[in-house]
Amino acid sequence: MKFETVIGLEVHVELATKSKIFCSCSAKFGAEQNDHVCPACCGMPGMLPIVNKNVVNLGMTAGMMLNCHINRTTTFDKKSYYYPDLPCSYQTTQWFAPVAVNGLVDIETSKGKKSIRIKQIHMEEDAGKLVHDDWTNTSLVDFNRTSVPLIEIVSQPDLSSAEEVVAYLERLRSLLRFAKVSDCRMEQGSMRCDVNLSVRPEGSDQLGVRTEMKNMNSLSAIVRAIEYETARHIDAIENGTEELVQETRRWDDVKGKSFAMRNKETAGDYRYFPDPNIMPVVIDDTWYDGIKNSLPEFPEVKKARYMSEFGLGEYDADILTGSRALCDCFEGAVAECGNAKEAANWLISDCMNLLNKNQQTADQLTVNGTSLGKLIKLVTDGTIGRGNAKKILIAMFEKDLDPAKYAEENGLILSNDTGLIDKVIKEAIAADPKAVADFKGGKEKALMALFGKCMKQLKGNCDPQVLRTMLIDEINKA
Amino acid sequence: MKKIVLDDMMLTKALPTTAGSRMLEGYMSLFDAEVVERLTAAGYEMAGKAQVGEFAIDLVGETAYTGTLTENGKLTAASAKALENDTVKGVISLDVNGAPRRIAAQNGLVFVKPTYGTVSRYGTVPVACSGETVGVLARNIADCREVLSAMAGHDDKDGTMHADALCKKAADGCEKPVKKVAVIKMEADADITAELEAAKAEMVANGIEITEIEADVLSAAKTAWNILMCAELCNNVSRYDGIKFGYRTQNYTTIDELYTNSRTESFGALLKTAILFGSDVLSTKNYMAKYDKALRIRRVLAEAFGKLFADFDAVLMPACSKPAYTETDVKENPYIAFEENRYTAPASITGLPAVVAGGVQLVGPAFSEGALLDLAALLVKEGK
Ligand SMILES: [Zn+2]
Repeated sequence: MKFETVIGLEVHVELATKSKIFCSCSAKFGAEQNDHVCPACCGMPGMLPIVNKNVVNLGMTAGMMLNCHINRTTTFDKKSYYYPDLPCSYQTTQWFAPVAVNGLVDIETSKGKKSIRIKQIHMEEDAGKLVHDDWTNTSLVDFNRTSVPLIEIVSQPDLSSAEEVVAYLERLRSLLRFAKVSDCRMEQGSMRCDVNLSVRPEGSDQLGVRTEMKNMNSLSAIVRAIEYETARHIDAIENGTEELVQETRRWDDVKGKSFAMRNKETAGDYRYFPDPNIMPVVIDDTWYDGIKNSLPEFPEVKKARYMSEFGLGEYDADILTGSRALCDCFEGAVAECGNAKEAANWLISDCMNLLNKNQQTADQLTVNGTSLGKLIKLVTDGTIGRGNAKKILIAMFEKDLDPAKYAEENGLILSNDTGLIDKVIKEAIAADPKAVADFKGGKEKALMALFGKCMKQLKGNCDPQVLRTMLIDEINKA
Repeated sequence: MKKIVLDDMMLTKALPTTAGSRMLEGYMSLFDAEVVERLTAAGYEMAGKAQVGEFAIDLVGETAYTGTLTENGKLTAASAKALENDTVKGVISLDVNGAPRRIAAQNGLVFVKPTYGTVSRYGTVPVACSGETVGVLARNIADCREVLSAMAGHDDKDGTMHADALCKKAADGCEKPVKKVAVIKMEADADITAELEAAKAEMVANGIEITEIEADVLSAAKTAWNILMCAELCNNVSRYDGIKFGYRTQNYTTIDELYTNSRTESFGALLKTAILFGSDVLSTKNYMAKYDKALRIRRVLAEAFGKLFADFDAVLMPACSKPAYTETDVKENPYIAFEENRYTAPASITGLPAVVAGGVQLVGPAFSEGALLDLAALLVKEGK
C-alpha cells in the first residue's frame, strides 16, 4: 500500500519590536538573566496591560504578507495554565478574533508549485525560561523573555513532505524578514515550530491519527523528525508494531527518535476567555491603509523589476532580492547615483565579501544606500580610485559617513596634477630602462611593473586610465 | 492635613497590601496605586489601611484572614470604623461585589461607586476587572464628592478608561438634575423598606416625580455577575502559586504539591468556592452555556437600563436586605454574599454609577454620579 503524509505547522515567530507586548521592558535577546523585567511582566498584581501598537502593526503586516484577511476588530484573550515560567499563570493570546485569517503561501519544490493555506495568525506573549541548576538541584526562572511579542502562524494540513515543510518555512522566513516582521533566527529561538503529522493511504479522504512534535528549532532536525515520524506511523499501520494515539511527542535529535511526553504535561483545559483589561483593537481604514501602503514588494516582484527596470541579470537580481537590507541599500544607491549595474556590483562583490569576512549575513548590512550611491559617483566621475573607494567602504561598514568628506580628510582624492604624474613617470622610466626595453620588445608585463611603481609613488591617488595613457606615451617617446 | 484611609485592595509601597488574604501576608508592592499618587498630589495624607474581606468578594469584610470584626454579634467593617475618626475624610474602597455599598447602607455612611472607567484601577489588586471600581466611602456627600474629584481622570496605564474630560465631568458636574426617579420593587426587610419609603417621601417633597416599576430583567444580574466575577477572579488569583511571592507551603516535594498546598493552606473557604465555580464556568464544557451567556446577559442589562434611562433620570433600590448581618447569617449560608449581591450586581455588571446614602441605593446612567450625589444630598438633608 502507498501512503501519504499530512502535515500542518504552527510556527512561532518573535516580533522585531523594541519593547515587550504589554510593558515598556526591552524585548532584546541576550541580556543578563532577569535584566529586562518589571512588575508587569513578572506577574505582580496591580499592573494593567497596555497593548504595544507596534505589535499590532507587525501582526497586520505578517497577515498581509501571507495574503490573509485582516480582522478589523481583533481581541486578546487569556489562556490559563500553571507553569513556573508563566508568571501570571495565564498567557495573553488571541483565541476568539485573531488579527489575520485565511491566508495563502506559495511554495516551490522539486515537484512543482503549490499553495499552502494559512488558517490564522494570532498575536501573543512569550513565556519565560527555566534554567536548571544541577549543582543545587533547583530550577531558576529567567523572566527576560516573558511578554516578548510573538505571532503564531497556523497552517492548514496542506503539507505532505519534509521538502515541502522546508520550502514553506524558508518562504515564511523570506517574507517575514522582507517585511521586517522578525529576524526569524531559528538558532536564537525567534522562529520555532510545532509539527502536526498523520499518515493515510494515498487517495484517502480520512485523516489518520495525528501526533504533534513541539518546539522544533532547526530545519535539519525538522526534516529528520518528519522522516522518522512518517516511518513510525507507516510501520504501525502496516505491521501493527504499536498502536498510534493522538499525543504530543518530544523529538530527540541526538537519538534521532521521538518520545511520547507524559500525559500530564499536555492535558488540561486552558479556560480561554476575553481579557477584560484590553479593549477590542479596532483597525480603521487609515490604520489599515497605512500598513498596506508600507508593505514591501514581494521578493519575486522586486526581482522581476530589477531585471526589467535596471537591466540586471537574473543571478544578480536573485542575490539582491534575497535580503531586504541589500534591496534597501541597492535602491538607495541607485536613487543617488543612477547607475544600477555599478550599485549591484558593489553590493554583490564588495559588500558581500566584507559581510562574509565579518561573519555576518546579508540582513545585517548597515551601509546606507545614499552614501554608497555617493561613493559610486565619486568613482565613476574620476574623483577617487577604485582601490581607495574600497577603503572608504570598509569605513562605511563601521559607521555611516559622507564619502567625499572622508576621502578629502584622509587624502584619498585622485590627483589631477598632470605635472606631478609626468614627473613620477619620467623618474620611473629613468630608473628602469630594462622594463622600457622589454615593453618595446613586446612584453606586456613590463608595463604593469612600471605602472605599479608609479601608482605606488602617487599613493593610489591617480586615475588608472590617465596614468596608463601617459605612461605609454612617455615610453613611446623614450 | 486631610487624611485618607485606603482599603487593603490598594497597593502601596509604604505598607503591606494583603487583599485580606493570608496568601499576600506581608506583601510589599513595588509601586503605589494611581489613586494614591493622585490623592497625595492633591494634598491628602495617607493615614493607613482598612482590612477587607479576602479579595473583597464577601458581605462586609468578614472573610479577612486576620479575623471577623463583630460588635454585639453583628458584623462590622474596618472601613466604617476608620470613619469614626473625624480627621479621616474618606476610605478609598474597591467595589468588587458591593461590600462598600452594603457597609455604607448599614452604617449611615455615603459611598459613591463612580462610572466604570472614570477612576484608574492601576495598582489595585485585580479580582473582577470587567466591573470592579474604585470608590469613596465617607461620612457625608460633600466629602465623597471632594475625594472623588481628586481621583477621577484618565490614566494611560489603565486601558479601559474614558477620555479625561468625561471622567472629570462625571465626578464634578451635574448637567442634568434628577427630576424623575423609577423605584424598583425588590424584597427587603421592614427596616430597609422604611428607609426606602423615607427616601421616596423626601423626593416627592422636593418635587421629584416617583414611579414604581417592576424590573424582572434585573434579577438576572446576580447570577450573571457571579459567573463573570468568579471566572475573572479564578484567573486573576492563579498568579498566586507560591513560586514568586506570597505564601509558600513548607510541605511539598513536587511542583504540583507546591502549587496545591500553598493555595490550600493560605486561601479561605469562600475564595476557594469562588475559584472552583469560576474555573467550572470557563471550562470548555460550560463556556457557552455559562460564561458566554453571562456576557450576553450583561449586554441585555445594559440595554434594559438604557431604555429605563430614556424615561427616568435615576433608579432607587435597596443596597442590602437588612440593616445588619450577624455571624449566624454567614454560618447558616456561607455563600450569602453571592445572594445579597442581587441589589449591587446590576450596577457592578453594567459599570453604571451608584450612590448609597440614607440607607438606600441610587443608580443612574453613565457619568451621572454628580447628579446622583446631588439627589443623595436631598435624602440626607445635606446642603450643597
Ligand atoms: Zn516588563
